[in-house]
Amino acid sequence: MSAVATSPTHSQPDSDNFLIYSKGFLSWALTLDHKRIGLMYLVAVMASFFVAGILALVLRTELLTPTEWFLTPQQYNQVFTLHGAIMVFLFVIPSVPAALGNFLVPVMLGAKDVAFPRLNLSSFYLWVGGAIFFLTALLYTGLDTGWTFYTPYSTTTRGPVVAATMGVFILGFSSIFTGLNFIVTINTMRPPGMTWFKMPLFLWATYATSIIQVLATPVLGITMLLLAAENILHIGIFDPKYNGDPVTYQHFFWFYSHPAVYIMILPGMGVISELMSVHSHKSIFGYRFIAYSSIAIALFSFLVWGHHMFTSGMANVASLIFSALTFCVSIPSAIKVFNWLATMYKGTVQLNTPMCYALTFIFLFTIGGLTGLWLGALSTDRPLHDTYFVVSHFHYVMVGGSLVGFLGGIFHWWPKMTGRMFNDLWGRVSCLFVLIGFNLTFLPQFVLGSRGMPRRYAHYVPEFQELHQLSTFGSYVLGAGLFIALGVLIHSLMRGKQAPPNPWGGATLEWQCSSPPPFYNFSHPPTVNEPYNYLPLQYHGEELGWEYVHPSHTAAPSIHPAPTKS
Amino acid sequence: MANDTATLDPAHAHGEHADGHGAHAHMPFQAHHFDDPEQQFDAGKLGMWIFLVTEVLFFSGMFCAYALYRSLHPEVWTFASQFLNEMLGAFNTGVLLFSSLTMAWGVRCAQLRQRTGLVICLAITLGCAAMFLGIKAVEYTHKWDMGLLPAGFYESQYLPGAHHTGLSSWLVRLCIIPGVLTVGFALWYLVTLIKGQKRHSEIAGPMLVTGLCFFLGAYLGIVIQSFEESSHGTISHDSHVAAGVDAGGHSDEPASRSPGDPLPEEIDQAGGAGLFFSIYYCMTGVHAIHILGGMVVLTWLLVRATKDQFNEQYFGPVDYVGLYWHLVDLIWIYLFPLLYLIK
Amino acid sequence: MSDHAAHGEHSHGFAHPAPVWQLIAVFLALVGLTILTCFQASLGLGELELILSLFIATIKATLVVLFFMHMIHDKPLNAIIFVSSFVFVALFIGFTLMDAHAYRDTVELKDVPSPRAIVAPAE
Ligand SMILES: [Cu+2]
Repeated sequence: MSAVATSPTHSQPDSDNFLIYSKGFLSWALTLDHKRIGLMYLVAVMASFFVAGILALVLRTELLTPTEWFLTPQQYNQVFTLHGAIMVFLFVIPSVPAALGNFLVPVMLGAKDVAFPRLNLSSFYLWVGGAIFFLTALLYTGLDTGWTFYTPYSTTTRGPVVAATMGVFILGFSSIFTGLNFIVTINTMRPPGMTWFKMPLFLWATYATSIIQVLATPVLGITMLLLAAENILHIGIFDPKYNGDPVTYQHFFWFYSHPAVYIMILPGMGVISELMSVHSHKSIFGYRFIAYSSIAIALFSFLVWGHHMFTSGMANVASLIFSALTFCVSIPSAIKVFNWLATMYKGTVQLNTPMCYALTFIFLFTIGGLTGLWLGALSTDRPLHDTYFVVSHFHYVMVGGSLVGFLGGIFHWWPKMTGRMFNDLWGRVSCLFVLIGFNLTFLPQFVLGSRGMPRRYAHYVPEFQELHQLSTFGSYVLGAGLFIALGVLIHSLMRGKQAPPNPWGGATLEWQCSSPPPFYNFSHPPTVNEPYNYLPLQYHGEELGWEYVHPSHTAAPSIHPAPTKS
Repeated sequence: MANDTATLDPAHAHGEHADGHGAHAHMPFQAHHFDDPEQQFDAGKLGMWIFLVTEVLFFSGMFCAYALYRSLHPEVWTFASQFLNEMLGAFNTGVLLFSSLTMAWGVRCAQLRQRTGLVICLAITLGCAAMFLGIKAVEYTHKWDMGLLPAGFYESQYLPGAHHTGLSSWLVRLCIIPGVLTVGFALWYLVTLIKGQKRHSEIAGPMLVTGLCFFLGAYLGIVIQSFEESSHGTISHDSHVAAGVDAGGHSDEPASRSPGDPLPEEIDQAGGAGLFFSIYYCMTGVHAIHILGGMVVLTWLLVRATKDQFNEQYFGPVDYVGLYWHLVDLIWIYLFPLLYLIK
Repeated sequence: MSDHAAHGEHSHGFAHPAPVWQLIAVFLALVGLTILTCFQASLGLGELELILSLFIATIKATLVVLFFMHMIHDKPLNAIIFVSSFVFVALFIGFTLMDAHAYRDTVELKDVPSPRAIVAPAE
C-alpha cells in the first residue's frame, strides 16, 4: 500500500457507481450494499417526516382558535399522538444513524461494508414492517395515549395499545440491529492505519449512539411487552387495582426514552462536528474532548431518566439525585458546543448551505440545552412540568438539534450520495426560513408555558390566543423552509451539476472515493490520514473540487506531527 | 489484524453479495467484505456478545419487577411459591444444564470437525430443550387448572374449586402441536430409512427424538408432580392452603408473623399471589419463548452440520448459537432459586 | 493454554476446543451446586437464604460463562462488554427500587386511594 493514492476524479468508469452498477427493483429491494440501504432508509424516514410534519401543521392550525375549530378534542388527542409517535419512532431515531450512518460509517471507516450486511437489510425491513404495523394500529381506531403510553391510561383506553406496542417492539429490534452492526463494524472492520483516534468524529458519535441503542432499546422492548401483557392478560404489574404501580411503568419507559433522546441528538452532534471543521477549513478544536464527550453523554444518559418524573410522585431522594445528575449531563454537551465555536475561530468559514444549517444547529441546540436546565432543576420544573415550556424545550433539541443536524448532514453529503450538486443559494434560503420559522414557532411557546399553558390541550383560555397564533404562523414559515429544502434536493436530482469527489474540501475518507462511491467504496485501499488535516488539500475550481495531494514520499501522515499517539 | 488489504480486482467487485466466493476463496463461507476467517469470526462473536447484552437488559425489566414486588411484599412471595413444584424446577435445571454441556461439547466437535459428534450433540441439546418444555407444560397446565393465573384471572385458593385430578385437559391441548410434529417426524424418518437417504435420516432421526423427548418430559413431569403431591400432603385439595406455609417445615414461621402482617386471606387474591403469578408467567414464559427460538436455530445448525459445513476455520454459527443457548441456561440458573426456592 | 498441548491437531489460531474433562467437570460442579442450593433452601435460613441462593447462582453463572461460553479464551473486550451490561442492569433495578421504597413510605396503596391510582386522562 505504499502507492500514492491518486485522486479518483476521472479514473473511474461511471458504471462502477453504486447507484447504477445493477438495475431493477429487486437489485434495490434485496441489496446488501450499505449505501443503498442507507438511501432506502433516507427515503423512508423522509416520508415519515413528511407525514408527521403535516400532522404538526394540522395541530398548529387547530390551535389558531381557543375553542374547537375543525378537530374534536378526541381527534386532537389522536393527531398529537400520531405526530409524536411517528416523529420519535419513525423519523428522529432512525434519521441520522440509520440513513446517514448506514451510508457513511463504512465509507468513513475505509471498510467495504458493515460487518453484517444481511442484518442491515433485515433491520430496514423490520423498520418497514414495524412502521406499517404501527401506522395501521394508530389509524385503525385512533390511539390517543400520547407517544409515551403512560399507564393507567394506556391500560384503560379502548385504543389499539397492544398493536401499537408491538409495532414499537419491532421498530426497537430494527434500531438494535443497526446499533449492533455499527459497533461491530467500527470495532472489527477498521483498515490498517485507522486507529481509534484517526476516526472522524461522526464515527465516534455513531459509536456512542450505538451503545445507547444496544443497551437501552431492549428495556423498551420488555416494557412494551409487559404493557401488552397488561392489556391482554391483566398481569397487574403497572395496575394499581392489583397493587401494581403505574410509576414503575414510567421508570421502565424512561430508562429507555431518556437515553433515546441522545440516540436522537448524538448523531446530529457528530454531523455538526464534521460540518464545522470542513466548512471552516480548520482542524477540529479539541478532537479528543469531542470524542470522549460523545461517550460520556452516552453513559451519563443512563443516569438521568428520573427527570421526567419529578411530578409523578417520585420520592424526594430520587428526585434530588436525578436532578443533580441531569446537571452533570450538560457538561459534555457544553464541551462540544465550545469546541465547535473554537473550531470556527480564525478558520476560513464558508457560509454555504451545510454550514448555515450547522450554525443554526448550534444556536437552536444551545437554547434547547439551556432551557433543559430549568426543567432539570426541581423548583422550576414543578410549575413548568407538562406545559408548553417542555414542548418548546424538546422541540428546540429534537427539531432545532436533530432535524437541523440531519438537514445539514444531508446537504453536506448530498453530492457524495447522489453525485449531484444542489443550488446553494436556495439551500441557504431554506435555512433562513427554517431558522426564522422555527424560532417564531417555539419562542412564543416558552412564554406560553411559563404562563401556565399546559401541553396536549385542544382548547385554551382566550388570552393565550395571540401567542398561539404567532406560533402557528411561525410553523407555516418553518414548513415553507422545509419545502424549499425539499425542492432544492429534488431540483438537484433532476438538474444538478455533476459533483466532484470532494466539493467541500473534506479530509475524511469518504471524500477520497468518487461521487457517488463505487460499489465497493474504494477502488484502491484508502490511505488513512488525519481526518481534520486540511493542509494537503488543493482546490482545483468548482468543476474538480478539492484534491488530496499526498506528499511524494510514502509516510504521508508523519509530515504533520500527529497530535495523537496511536 | 495485521494484514495486507488485498487490492480488489474489479471482477470480484462486481460479483453479487450473496455468493461469498471470490478471488480469495479460501473458505466457502467467508463473506467477501472480511479479510480472513478470523476477522469474520471475531466480528460475529462480538456481535453475538452484544446481542447477549441486549438479552440481559431485556430480561432485566422482569427481574426489576420481581425485585420490586418481592421487596415490597415478601410475605406474598413466601406464600405463593409453595405452589411451585421445587422438584420439577430442580429437575428442569438439571435438564438445561445437561443441554448446556452437550451444546458446549458440540462447539468442541465443530472446532475439531467431528461431524457425527456434532450431530449427536445437537440432537441431545434439542431433546433436552423439548424435555424442558414438556415438563414446563405439565407445570403450567397444573397451575391453570388450579386457577393460579396472572393477577387479572387469579382465583383464590380458598374457594372450594373443582381442583382437577387426573390428566389436565389443558395439557392435552398443549400436546396437540408437539404430537402432530412428532408423528410427522416419525413418518419422515421412516421414509428416509426406506429410501435410504442417509443425510435426511440424520436430520429426521434427531427431530423424532426431540418430539419424543417432549412427551418423555411431560410424562416425567406428571410422575414427579403426583409423587410430590402424595408425599407433601394435599396442598391443592386442602382448603387450608395457607397452612402449607406453616406446615411447610419450620416451627418458627408462625412466630415470625407480627400482628401487622397481612393474613393469608389477604395475600391469596389477585393483588397478592396473583401478582406473583403474573411475574412468574412473564419470566418463565419469556424464557420458554427463548428456548423455542433456540430450538429453531439448533435445528438450522443440525441441517448444516449434516452437510459437514463446520470445521476449525469456520465454526462461528455453532459457537454463536452456543453462546445464546448458554445465556438462556444462565437466566434459568437465576430463575430457579428466585422463583422456586423461596421458603 | 493446556488444551493447545492436548489437541495439537488445530494449528490455525483462533479455535480453542475445550477439553472434554473440563466440560464434564464443569457440568458436575453445576449439578452439585444445584443440589446444594436446593439443600440450603430447605434449611430455612430466612433473610440469609436469598443472599446465599443468589451467591450460589452467581457461582454457577460464572462457571457457565467462563467455560461453556469460553470467556476464558475470549477477547477481553467481549468480557468487558458482557460484564458491563450488568452494571446497567444494576443501575436500572437499583434506582427503580430505591425510588419505589422511598415513596412507599408516604403513600400506601392499600388503604388510601393513592393520587396516582385515580389519575384521570388529561382531558
Ligand atoms: Cu430526559
